[in-house]
Amino acid sequence: MAAESGKFRTIDFEETELRLGLTTSKGINGINGKSNYGKRGFQEDTVDLKLNLSSSQGSTVDEAQRTKETAPVAPSKTDPAKRPAKAQVVGWPPVRSFQKNLTAVKPASNEEADRAVGGAALVKVSMDGAPYLRKVDLKQYRNYQELSGALENMLRSFTTGSGGSQGSTKDFTNESRLIDLLNGSESEFDYVPTYEDKDGDWMLVGDVPWQMFIESCKRLRIMKGSEAIGLGIIHQISWIHSIILLDYFDRCSIKNGCVCM
Amino acid sequence: MAYSFPEEVLEHVFSFLHSDRDRNAVSLVCKSWYEIDRWSRRRVFIGNCYAISPRAVIRRFPEVRSIKIKGKPHFADFNLVPDGWGGYVFPWITAMASSYPWLEEIHLKRMVVTNACLELIAKSFKNFRVLVLSTCEGFSTDGLASIAANCRNLRELDLRDSEVDDLSGHWLSHFPDSYTSLVSLNISCLGSEVSFSALERLVSRCPNLRSLSLNRAVPIDRIACLLRQAPQLVELGTGAYNAELRPDVFSSLSGAFSCLKELRSLSGFWDAVPAYIPAVYSVCSGITSLNLSYTTMQNPDLTKLVSQCPNLQQLWVLDYIEDCGLEAVAASCKDLRELRVFPSDPYEEDEFDIALTERGLVSVSEGCTNLQSVLYFCRQMSNAALISIAQNRPNLTRFRLCIIEPRSPDYLTLQPLDAGFGAIVEHCKGLRRLSLSGLLTDRVFEYIGTHAKKLEMLSVAFAGESDLGLHLVLSGCESLRKLEIRDCPFGDKALLANAEKLETMRSLWMSSCSVSFGACKLLCRRMPRLNVEVIDETSEVAESRPESFTVQKLYIYRSVAGPRLDMPDYVLSMGEESPDLIG
Repeated sequence: MAAESGKFRTIDFEETELRLGLTTSKGINGINGKSNYGKRGFQEDTVDLKLNLSSSQGSTVDEAQRTKETAPVAPSKTDPAKRPAKAQVVGWPPVRSFQKNLTAVKPASNEEADRAVGGAALVKVSMDGAPYLRKVDLKQYRNYQELSGALENMLRSFTTGSGGSQGSTKDFTNESRLIDLLNGSESEFDYVPTYEDKDGDWMLVGDVPWQMFIESCKRLRIMKGSEAIGLGIIHQISWIHSIILLDYFDRCSIKNGCVCM
Repeated sequence: MAYSFPEEVLEHVFSFLHSDRDRNAVSLVCKSWYEIDRWSRRRVFIGNCYAISPRAVIRRFPEVRSIKIKGKPHFADFNLVPDGWGGYVFPWITAMASSYPWLEEIHLKRMVVTNACLELIAKSFKNFRVLVLSTCEGFSTDGLASIAANCRNLRELDLRDSEVDDLSGHWLSHFPDSYTSLVSLNISCLGSEVSFSALERLVSRCPNLRSLSLNRAVPIDRIACLLRQAPQLVELGTGAYNAELRPDVFSSLSGAFSCLKELRSLSGFWDAVPAYIPAVYSVCSGITSLNLSYTTMQNPDLTKLVSQCPNLQQLWVLDYIEDCGLEAVAASCKDLRELRVFPSDPYEEDEFDIALTERGLVSVSEGCTNLQSVLYFCRQMSNAALISIAQNRPNLTRFRLCIIEPRSPDYLTLQPLDAGFGAIVEHCKGLRRLSLSGLLTDRVFEYIGTHAKKLEMLSVAFAGESDLGLHLVLSGCESLRKLEIRDCPFGDKALLANAEKLETMRSLWMSSCSVSFGACKLLCRRMPRLNVEVIDETSEVAESRPESFTVQKLYIYRSVAGPRLDMPDYVLSMGEESPDLIG
């Protein structure tokens, strides 16, 4: 454990920023040459780590690949995994058509105008260990910071009484707290926000520009950090990356640039 | 020698009878009473537009001022009735145009209304006042323009839940500047933006405006100026209720709401953001009806709003209210009479989402002693909960429960829900309407046949085991008028054994059951005053179907007008003589 934490302490945050620069220079097509505009998949993640970490590269790549294949069908009870779609029965449940369209994004010829008019972007938020889901309307927030504030509130309401003794606000960009997370000593930072995108992949929240995020996010899952690591969705390094990203986006207001890492 | 009151006196006495049943009873007493009633009847209700011809209605009641007509079967709301089925109002309008020049009100439900109908209405009835089109279709905003332009005395235009071909919002501008008599306007189903300045001018020149339901396209920052022109409003439906929070907009809105001293009913609130909800707090204490079924807002803001309304009588809300919200309702809304909880995500397969369960309904049934009417969608139910609800609220008159997964058992015991629904019909002796769901055997129909003596409408889906179930209902429910059934193993035996019963009812709908083509023909021959219509959308020719063929959908209704003439080709009337009837 000590050796690992030592490994993480050697990470220079400035270095990670430089790495951001490196990958953007790779252009829109991303590392693997696929048109992965803005999207960071697991493979790129591990490639990042390869560049960053000196040791245990091979195993992380393998692990990530394995877990990418298995993650969508993880058998955990709390995993909102994809199930085989049930055949829909006509006229059941007996709801009127105007109610069916309530939470769906309105199909319109001009999506931009549609956004301006209305239509909620409701996504489910599940938190590991919580008894039920919540939903948030992504359109109510203007950036990751606002969203993370709302998620924090949700976390608090889910975990009252269980380790939420520190009443202080959770500042995700607080570097010293991050180090504590990585050391496993901060219990309330045990949770990591992830989301499922349009293609069904599980990504870390904060990967892509905000506008792109709300367009592609289908559902949110606040995972236990350990599980996120175990599933290979993040590695402890990239958790820091995403925190930096949150801050980075706020400062740079990137709209269109590729933010593959 | 018979002495009798003069006709004028009798007519005056009859004018105090408002229900159709009473008027019908009066007309059966003797010939002179029949005549007095028919000349003085001003309102007519036609529950099934095919049960009688327009001519026959006009012949009997020549001085009608208000007519209400219903068309398609109820299950048309859930896409079970194919397009083009019928329910055309045009023949009624043409007949009335020449015979009822003084007609004032037309109320239609589930009917096909064309622009030609609307134009004819606009031209033919000089004193036309009220047009209510509930769940109708077939017309466009051009038709509305005719109404707006020509009906000088229009009081009420209500398009609730209709499907309108929305070409533009320009129709509203057709109300002339001299028009000032608007009392009620409901355009909530329209998609296009209406000209806001036309709307504002209309509202400001109509001092009797009591009810205004806007559509989603009216933005939140426009509502305040409308409300200021109409502080006498009793019912308000907002448009989209979202925007970035701006203090000036908020305070303007809040100020406008605080002037609405008469406001009793609120609806709309599409896409509502919590930030703007406090603007309505000032009216909450007077609110008796709240329709939040378009509001995607969640707890705690949703519960907070509802619990501010201590005089609430009617609440329509999505399942975002959750059990905790319903507990708060039970504690704060002591006069609640009607509760409807709709599913926010009806097709969701994730059973994880269990924040609204049977517990919410049980809480309301405990806390709200005036609760009479329930429509509740949920994902789990138990016999114990249903028994509690029945014992708590024997005064229920309408109980419609939809457990979303078909054939769901009691989630605690895995037993069928027969006992629970049995308790409902046993305790709630005044129950008039019931919708069943969940895992149900023939047992539940035994309970219903035995106890539900006041039941008028029953909806059944994915229930029962055999014909016995249907038989128990048809033979036991004395007051039954409408029965609609889907996906149940009910067949020929029960239907044929209770053929006479069907003529005492308005209609019977059966789809995806086990009724044979032969039984339909037999039923029709035995009961000449029943129209037996088979809906079959497969492409086979009718005559080639064998007697044993199971019909897809069946609609049976009593009628004095004979088989209708406007059926599409996928509807077969069994009344037509079949050349070769193999017994």
